[in-house]
Amino acid sequence: MRLSEMKENQTARIVHVGGNGPLRRRILEMGILKGSDIYVEKYAPLKDPIELIVKGYHVSLRVEEAAQITVDNVK
Amino acid sequence: MHSKHLSIALAGNPNSGKTTIFNNITGTRQKVGNWPGVTVEKKEGYVSKFGYDLIIVDLPGTYSLTPFSLEEIITRDYVLEERPDVVIDIIDASNLERSLYLATQLRELDCKVLFALNMADVAQTRGMKIDDEMLSELLNVPVVFTIGNKNEGIDTLLEKAIELAESSYEIPKTRKVKYSKDIEHSISNLERFLENWTEGSIPYNIRWTAIKLLEDDKIVKERILQKAGKNSQDILREAQRHRDFLVDRFDDEPEIVMTDERYGFIFGIIKEVLTTSTKQRVDISRNIDLILTNRFVGFPIFFLFIWAMFELTFSLGAYPMEWIGGGVNLLSTFLDSVLPDNLFKDLLLNGIITGVGSVIVFLPNILILFFCIALFEDTGYMSRAAFLMDKIMHLIGLHGKSFIPMLMGFGCNVPAIMATRTLESEKDRTLTILITPFMSCSAKLPVYIILAGTFFGASAGTVIFSIYLAGIILSIITGRLFRSTILRGADAPFVMELPPYRVPMIKSLLIHMWDRGKIFLKKMGGVILAGCVIVWALLAFPRNMQYSSDYAAEIDRVKASYVAEMTTANEPDKQLLEKRRDAAVAKLIRSKKAEKSEKSFMGRIGQVIAPLFEPLGIDWRGSVALLTGFAAKEIVVSTMGILYVADEEEDSEALKNALLSSDMTPLSALAMMAFVLLYLPCLATVAAIRRETGSFKWMFFSVVYSTLLAWVVAFCVYQGGRVIGFS
Repeated sequence: MRLSEMKENQTARIVHVGGNGPLRRRILEMGILKGSDIYVEKYAPLKDPIELIVKGYHVSLRVEEAAQITVDNVK
Repeated sequence: MHSKHLSIALAGNPNSGKTTIFNNITGTRQKVGNWPGVTVEKKEGYVSKFGYDLIIVDLPGTYSLTPFSLEEIITRDYVLEERPDVVIDIIDASNLERSLYLATQLRELDCKVLFALNMADVAQTRGMKIDDEMLSELLNVPVVFTIGNKNEGIDTLLEKAIELAESSYEIPKTRKVKYSKDIEHSISNLERFLENWTEGSIPYNIRWTAIKLLEDDKIVKERILQKAGKNSQDILREAQRHRDFLVDRFDDEPEIVMTDERYGFIFGIIKEVLTTSTKQRVDISRNIDLILTNRFVGFPIFFLFIWAMFELTFSLGAYPMEWIGGGVNLLSTFLDSVLPDNLFKDLLLNGIITGVGSVIVFLPNILILFFCIALFEDTGYMSRAAFLMDKIMHLIGLHGKSFIPMLMGFGCNVPAIMATRTLESEKDRTLTILITPFMSCSAKLPVYIILAGTFFGASAGTVIFSIYLAGIILSIITGRLFRSTILRGADAPFVMELPPYRVPMIKSLLIHMWDRGKIFLKKMGGVILAGCVIVWALLAFPRNMQYSSDYAAEIDRVKASYVAEMTTANEPDKQLLEKRRDAAVAKLIRSKKAEKSEKSFMGRIGQVIAPLFEPLGIDWRGSVALLTGFAAKEIVVSTMGILYVADEEEDSEALKNALLSSDMTPLSALAMMAFVLLYLPCLATVAAIRRETGSFKWMFFSVVYSTLLAWVVAFCVYQGGRVIGFS
């Protein structure tokens, strides 16, 4: 499942971070990497971007970026 | 005896409280400038402590040291090239895992580094316990707990920093990030290769260089080409060979695998040093966000805040602006009465004092706006504003944070362009600066009011609204156009931290506000002043012009002709005559003024370029008025007043009547409004663009682009209108 398909207040584990180039590396460097747990805190009022909690801090990603991230174990 | 100098650099993530610590250490003894060649801000502070003169450098806040963003390159280059005596990494203790990513990278850089576990109190209330001794041992760095906003632990931090700087300890080879077997193998092979094959010297630590080559780091590769002599190509080839091997082995780029492994290493450290008690905490920040980024009330509250900021900046700011204006006028009048009439007086009054006045008149706006922006930033609301607005701004190819500067543009473009500092990506900043002038600033409003009020009567409001709307639409089109051409490239990734809400420190807010004011006065004031003097000179010269008639003689003649009548007239008639006489004199003075501005250099330029304005339906008087608008847009109206009205009354009614009886039509008035909306920004804004883009290139580009666009749009309005039958 893609991260962008998750609903608010769901938790999941990241399986793969796709995309390429600097953007992908930047996402990884912020701690959004394979094996990390990720929690969908909320979608912005206009449904984009998404607020996530990862490694204990809040971070936002655009939906198109979140669509590159595969997750499983969605709860 | 001079005390010893030491340089200390502060590194750390954004929102780690770095700036608070910097402000606490240095107080107001700060110097704000730019890093050489770029528009990223450089802050330095000086303090004498424990018998040392300390130079504290506040490095840009970064999450990593990969050379993607300017901030990261600056930070890395500073540590590598300038070699500060100590680097203090400010770590948000409540956010340890992610903060350690930068920390491990600094560790790899081979500099003397010291960790400040900041916001130790926040971490504690969140039930986190950090074993500082263990952390210190595992990474082999001194660790100090600090609470920046309470000024706790800062002295210990400096003491330890000095101790570290003075220690001769060798940077240990161990205790760094260990990568997996294959990568370590490649690193050590490459290290050996580097040692054997470099003729010149590798400027940096060998292991670090090897790691960066495996990561395909562009900047390090360039330096190798410059420094490593004739074998540099071989080195790069060897590095590429190892990269290819690793790509094959891991089925992914080495830099990605290494990022993964660094976090793996960090995870190991976290397990040993961090214990989190399970007590359920109330997260105030999340509760605040339940409201502030709420689906329904998030936007209304945002607009309320923005409205309040706008009102404070421009409505409250109008009072001190008035006082400043009044003060300047008072000074002018005073000097006018005491100085003899000559060229110097004219220069002083109409050039210099007007110029200085037009510089400091912006100061209240700038101070208030930046106080508000600092408030937004320091509380953490700025990133929420970006979170809310990003979807909309992304349509123009911009970041959510661009909204605030663009909106401020409706008030005044000078503080608006300075406010683009909040944008991290340089491309976003440049693009925002280029399109902000299309947000019609408040100084253009009087021009619209006169023109629309004269020619559109009851529907003036709608016309003015359409002009504003046209500005917004053209900024969107321009934004999209530039995004796909000259400022192409991936949008800045929106991987944006939403830091916890914090109570701002008033000291930080004031320092931030004053920094902006100082930059404005120092760096832009001079340019604006010089520009005002030039504009004055263009209007004041040539001195000895040939008037069509001898006004002085004529004035005397008029006066004389009344004298005879007045001596014979009785009291009520006398007053009437006096009034009539004054009116006649005023009319002559006005004609003289009109002729003077017509024959001045500015007027001549206006007439020379008048043919350019003809297709827009604007006559030479309009073009002179537009030209003088470069000093400040308000001047367009007063120049039109001088040129069109040959009447004694200088009020807007007179100008309206004069305009109605001139060649101007509703259509050409519309074209002129469109031109005023878009054409080159005022002098102060141009100075701001130069300053904030850091280049003359962008300044000229902005001036040329906006003026061309203005001409094309006004042309389409006028000629298109004529084609479809308006006049």
